[in-house]
Amino acid sequence: MNLTLKIWRQKDSKAKGQMVDYKVTDISEHMSFLEMMDVLNEQLVNTGEEPVAFDHDCREGICGMCSLYINGEAHGPDRGITTCQLHMRMFKDGDTITIEPWRAAAFPVIKDLIVDRMAFERIQQAGGFISVNTSGNTQDANSLPISKIAADEAMDAATCIGCGACVATCKNSSAMLFVGAKVSQYALLPQGQVEAPERVKNMVAQMDLEGFGNCTNTGACEVECPKGITLENIARMNRELMKANI
Amino acid sequence: MSGFFKSSVGRKVAMALSAFFLMFFLIIHLAVNITSLFSENLFNEMSHFMGTNPLIQFALQPVLIFGVVFHFVMGFVLELKNKKANGVAYVRNNGAANSTWMSRNMIYSGLAILAFIALHFIDFWIPELNTKYVVGDMSGMHDGNFRYYHELVEKFHNPARVVAYVVAFVLLGLHLAHGFTSAFQSMGITAGRKKTLQSIGKAYSIIIPLGFVIVAVFHFFNH
Repeated sequence: MNLTLKIWRQKDSKAKGQMVDYKVTDISEHMSFLEMMDVLNEQLVNTGEEPVAFDHDCREGICGMCSLYINGEAHGPDRGITTCQLHMRMFKDGDTITIEPWRAAAFPVIKDLIVDRMAFERIQQAGGFISVNTSGNTQDANSLPISKIAADEAMDAATCIGCGACVATCKNSSAMLFVGAKVSQYALLPQGQVEAPERVKNMVAQMDLEGFGNCTNTGACEVECPKGITLENIARMNRELMKANI
Repeated sequence: MSGFFKSSVGRKVAMALSAFFLMFFLIIHLAVNITSLFSENLFNEMSHFMGTNPLIQFALQPVLIFGVVFHFVMGFVLELKNKKANGVAYVRNNGAANSTWMSRNMIYSGLAILAFIALHFIDFWIPELNTKYVVGDMSGMHDGNFRYYHELVEKFHNPARVVAYVVAFVLLGLHLAHGFTSAFQSMGITAGRKKTLQSIGKAYSIIIPLGFVIVAVFHFFNH
């Protein structure tokens, strides 16, 4: 298939970017979206132009690096996937595809389609861990009785790959789905409950400090999340913060 | 605790708490208005009670005013903060793909409700305060009869006012269609009960505005 691509080009974090049009031809419908981007970049390199910078790593949907806003949606029109898992069969021959970086004040553009997501790392460092002795005398995790329901919910929350699609798609650029998932995966388990009050306070404080917006419960994040993290996690975070303050 | 209400999550909780109070108030207000459809006397007596009972006038009314002002001011503050968090706008953004129109436009339905409240205050609340506390007439009487029912009927003779009220109530319905469940979610009480709450929210956001519309339209055609 032949496509017209409208891509955000921005030289560096300080430059003023703009949309630039490109044409790609003979794209196979079996290609992943990132492979289509590779074809474009090869074409640009061959003609002596600067290739389009975009984030990618594992290309199997688990690293959370690929981060494109495609035709007005995080990771494009498909559901439960990252951009590397988006297939070109989702588009038609002759389509014009708009490709933009994640947009949020807390995710500044570094170059072209790459944004700085270190804000998520700093939120994690503020409390997204448990303080256990790992010097070899750690208690066997299986010796703690945990209900199947709690274990499953914690595991579901822990599948968050920190890609930032929730922030990118939120009309308020809120990071509450990410923080909710990270708070939940620990709050549901006995190992995490020891530090739960301090964790939720510190992570929410860091989230606010980074300049993310306030959740208005539109639910857009859970629809666009590649890992199906639900709004229940935000509700749980709200409960945890209330509990920690009373 | 003061730190809690300065946090993003705390502000959501504060918005939800004021919303709960306002949603409760709407039920009471509609319950009084509905009586005007079938009993002039009952409506007059309930209006007189609401308008002259000291507990309602000097305890609940100030709380209500605070709730309304707080909900609007906090709504604007959060909207501005959220706009600031956005950074550069998308060239193409397909919001309809993942969320409802109501949820994305709470600020606009809210602004319309604010405009309606201004009209409503000019129509009823300010003249009422004037009669009771400036003129000092606490009797609720006019020419030997209770005045409340006649004042209500008289206001809804004007078709422009009826149309304005109906439009405002449609927007109130849209605001509630998202706001009802949203308030519960913000309080962290959605877990496990999502479907039931959504059904109750849907019913509430239709029944309450429809009730007010019926009162306005009934009196327009029934004079």
